Amino acid sequence: MEDAPKRGAGHWQWLLLLPFVALLWVPFYNDAEPSFGGFPFFYWYQFLWVPLTSLIILVVYRRIK
Amino acid sequence: MSGGDINWTALIVFIFFFALVTVLGFFASRWKAGDLSQLHEWGLGGRRFGTWITWFLVGGDFYTAYTVIAVPAVVFATGAYGFFALPYTIIVYPIVFTIMPRLWSVARKHNYVTSADFIEGRYGNPWLALAVAFTGILATMPYIALQLVGMQVVIGGLGIGGEGLRGEIPLVIAFVILALYTYSSGLRAPAMIAFVKDIMIYIVVIAAVALIPLKLGGYAHVFQAASDAFAAKGGATGITLKSAQMMPFATLALGSAMAAFMYPHTMTGVLSSSSGDVVRKNAMLLPAYTILLGLIAMLGYMGIAAGVSVKTNTQVVPALFQLIFPDWFVGFSFAAIAIGALVPAAIMSIGAANLFTRNIWRPFFNRTMSPQGEAATAKLVSLVVKFGALAFILSGETKFAIDLQLLGGVWIIQTFPAVVLGLYRTRFNSWALLAGWAVGMAVGTWLAYSSGTPKPVYPVTIGDTTYSVYIGILAGGLNFVLSVVLSFILRAMGGVENKDQTVAADYELTKPA
Repeated sequence: MEDAPKRGAGHWQWLLLLPFVALLWVPFYNDAEPSFGGFPFFYWYQFLWVPLTSLIILVVYRRIK
Repeated sequence: MSGGDINWTALIVFIFFFALVTVLGFFASRWKAGDLSQLHEWGLGGRRFGTWITWFLVGGDFYTAYTVIAVPAVVFATGAYGFFALPYTIIVYPIVFTIMPRLWSVARKHNYVTSADFIEGRYGNPWLALAVAFTGILATMPYIALQLVGMQVVIGGLGIGGEGLRGEIPLVIAFVILALYTYSSGLRAPAMIAFVKDIMIYIVVIAAVALIPLKLGGYAHVFQAASDAFAAKGGATGITLKSAQMMPFATLALGSAMAAFMYPHTMTGVLSSSSGDVVRKNAMLLPAYTILLGLIAMLGYMGIAAGVSVKTNTQVVPALFQLIFPDWFVGFSFAAIAIGALVPAAIMSIGAANLFTRNIWRPFFNRTMSPQGEAATAKLVSLVVKFGALAFILSGETKFAIDLQLLGGVWIIQTFPAVVLGLYRTRFNSWALLAGWAVGMAVGTWLAYSSGTPKPVYPVTIGDTTYSVYIGILAGGLNFVLSVVLSFILRAMGGVENKDQTVAADYELTKPA
């Protein structure tokens, strides 16, 4: 029983923690302003993190592939 | 919502699409043909699903019909708090990307069909595997029942539901059809139906979010109307979170994300894909459904802005659609929701049946079961599970099902330490993990019921501030700490090492060509 061998990902995998920080630190985005297209900040900020998370996963995926 | 009047145009469109997927469901047994008398063929579609099929399958499986009904209902009733579903279904994907390809790899290598198969192989402890299987089945049963609630709500909306036996007949017919094609086609049936279901849901939601705000005067107005309505209700809720809501919002999001892919149905979806690379690509592509979910959640505010009046909050989506859409599109959208219930219900029953067969029946009752015997048992169990859920709902225990589904998340998180730590080949003792699981289950259930009616959060006082924290996180944390401490103690006492069937290389992805 040895630890899993280090993969080529290295420090790139730490990027995957960004969505956790961005979305679990709720006081940061619990605001109505600035609104965008009628959407309060609370909402468009969360929606924005959907493509951002996909993008972050893509970056890490490219690195470990 | 009018109770008695049948909406004929809507009903005919509804029946047309329902009939279409029924044909597809039975036809699915011939798709990507395999020997359906083998469990991994019936219960995992032969692990042949590529990137797109997996995307539709997991998307249709994870974002269930009950979600389409329940998330807007929570937003309708409590505002911003209901949006925890959004961070939840975002942060779930870095987790999926990191752990699930490892699980896929080791499962493929050793022909594991369930998470509990992996536990058994990894720790050589059938009791820990039994605990994981039991938890999976326990958490899934109410979930299946709730898919029926989703179906019941739209059937009621068509005017053919209602009280008494006559009102239940459409639901029973739909479920019998579902049970039969799942029995004959296995996972291929929901995989094929998922295509139709997901495309229909996308059409409905895009139409709704484009059309409804136009009728209601734009998004700014929708939010304003919601904000005013919450203020008028006394201001305990609103379109942004009150300070007391932030901790439950964040911990529910995190805990739900940890629980999400420990469920048998999501696990089944992942294990049925054709490679670990497919799983990784899906972690990247599945967030498209999260956008959809966020828009579905918005329907709760649109319901407020449109001024729908409902007897129970779960009727808000059907009521809104009936108010805004022409009859034929009401039929289309209700069919999308009802079909949306079939896909997860089928996969959940398959996942539960796989667990029962592999990790309860075979190790404890019939050690010499043949592969054909396994598949036959699982098919039968999938029927039992579905009719159990149906009986539950028909006996009027909907409230109990909702409570149990809420507890299901708390329970399924208790399997997270054993499964995830196992994937990283850490030196945890299986008996320590089993003890952690048992305490986590007991404490989680006890905390949830501590105030009488089950609640997802429990107040924790740190210093002079009290936070409401998701019980799944509290009980899961206790489980983890106990697993660590007991593993340490057992090792110091010279406890036996786990009998590990796997080696480090089993967890690594073979590089795609």
